[in-house]
Amino acid sequence: MQEKMLAITCRDVRKKFVLRHTRSLKEALVWFVRGRKGDMYKVFDALRDVSLDVHQGETVALLGLNGSGKSTLLKLISGVLQPDAGTVRTRGRVAGLIEVGAGFHHDLSGRDNVYLNGAILGMSEKQINEMFDSIVEFAEIGEFIDTEVKFYSSGMYLRLAFSIAVHTDPEIFLIDEILAVGDEPFQRKCIAKIKELAEAGKTLFVVSHDLDLVSTVCERGVLLEHGNVVLDGPVDEVVSELRRRSAAAT
Amino acid sequence: MTATPSGGGTVVSPLSTPGEGGGLRDVFRDWFLLKLLVRKEIKVRYRGSVLGLLWSYVKPLMQFLVYFVALGIFLNLQGSTPNYAIYLFSGIILVNFFVEVLGNSTRSIVDNRDLIRKIYLPRELFPVSTLLVSAIHFLPQTLVLIGACLMAGWAPSILQLAAVVLAFIIVGVLATGLGLLFGAANVYFRDSENIVDMILMIVTWASPVLYTWTMVEQALGPYFFLYQLNPMTVAVEIFHWGFWYPTLNADQIAAAPVMNGLASVWAPVALGISLVILFVGQLVFRKLSVRFAQEL
Repeated sequence: MQEKMLAITCRDVRKKFVLRHTRSLKEALVWFVRGRKGDMYKVFDALRDVSLDVHQGETVALLGLNGSGKSTLLKLISGVLQPDAGTVRTRGRVAGLIEVGAGFHHDLSGRDNVYLNGAILGMSEKQINEMFDSIVEFAEIGEFIDTEVKFYSSGMYLRLAFSIAVHTDPEIFLIDEILAVGDEPFQRKCIAKIKELAEAGKTLFVVSHDLDLVSTVCERGVLLEHGNVVLDGPVDEVVSELRRRSAAAT
Repeated sequence: MTATPSGGGTVVSPLSTPGEGGGLRDVFRDWFLLKLLVRKEIKVRYRGSVLGLLWSYVKPLMQFLVYFVALGIFLNLQGSTPNYAIYLFSGIILVNFFVEVLGNSTRSIVDNRDLIRKIYLPRELFPVSTLLVSAIHFLPQTLVLIGACLMAGWAPSILQLAAVVLAFIIVGVLATGLGLLFGAANVYFRDSENIVDMILMIVTWASPVLYTWTMVEQALGPYFFLYQLNPMTVAVEIFHWGFWYPTLNADQIAAAPVMNGLASVWAPVALGISLVILFVGQLVFRKLSVRFAQEL
């Protein structure tokens, strides 16, 4: 008997990156002719046969040291990257608090950016209209909403970007190192909002190096090392295992 | 039995593969986003400039003046070509449209790398939005042309007007197809931009914009069909047929023959070639776009 439906399922996902050493057609041709094809690129595996199932409503923390493949996995789930082998499948709309503000344009007003960024994150015109006041209120932008965002302080910029992202209301939320937004009161507000989303039954998939924080937000932890899942279990166990490993590494 | 999600009553969507694009169809499904991207481009292009959108008129007018003085007066092409100003301008605006679409869509993927690397969107959105932006800039120029034509006693037939619309579509399809092709290639090799710059330099001279096609026929003889295979040649000639011919009197028309089989043979051929290029461009774009995020 299946108790909850799958939200994300990864099967034997493999992703390798090609580090190109040239962007010029001429060099590429010359190297190709001289038989130095091997010099043109280097290949490394970011993910090796990762299989992972996340059910609806689960809150999962993806943990690991730098270069373990966390962000790559997140990008595969969001569809930005495609796997070289294996399958990634998701149910419902996926949206990310991934590098918020990616869709911002400096020369547009805050208002224009709310619409543009909202649409980029998959909201419809009607949804944005309904959410607009709530977005501005959460971001604490107030009267500056009609000012061009290039005049915003970095805090205002991030608050607005974060506010749009949390209002997109997808089924699956991907969160990458975003919890370090703004000053402390705003951080607390963000974390409260994320917990609220978790309680509302949204699927959360969090990447963070802030181990204390993820153990309060998430229930389940997944530890990645060199592109492999090495541990999958309750978040506290995974966090202490990661602490043990990083202590051993130094 | 499957459990219903906690929301209850919500439609359960099936599992799907993220980032799997449906090509150009996806772009038009997301009309709202496309509209916002186009609006952004238009707002941003002339930001901080005093003349603003007027630059869209000033630049082609200046270009027109330069050509008119150099070719029309100094080389005295207006002696052999009646209403040379209208002849010239109708070709220039169509070539400008082509140049803008191809040039900007080639750069559109690399220019939007921040977005493409972080968020999945149908990547065709960017070349297509440059097509729409260019079309919006093309409109005022057309109005200027129509104004000039009316002053010269322009009285086109319905067929001629329909042909003009067809020529516009041919150029749009051709430029978008090439833009998809070179825009995708540009992600891997930035040489693509320079190849396009070269094409854009050639295009004004490879179609009868500044001179008349009869001059080319005399020079090329039996190989003239090669010149006619260029969809831009056909489109520009259709523009001449629609805008320039209806301003000529009977004597002038006798001295300026319409290209043989322009509407019956070459227009469908040009449309066909453009559609094939669009199809190939979209095919290559789809194949390459899978790896855009990691290559940019």
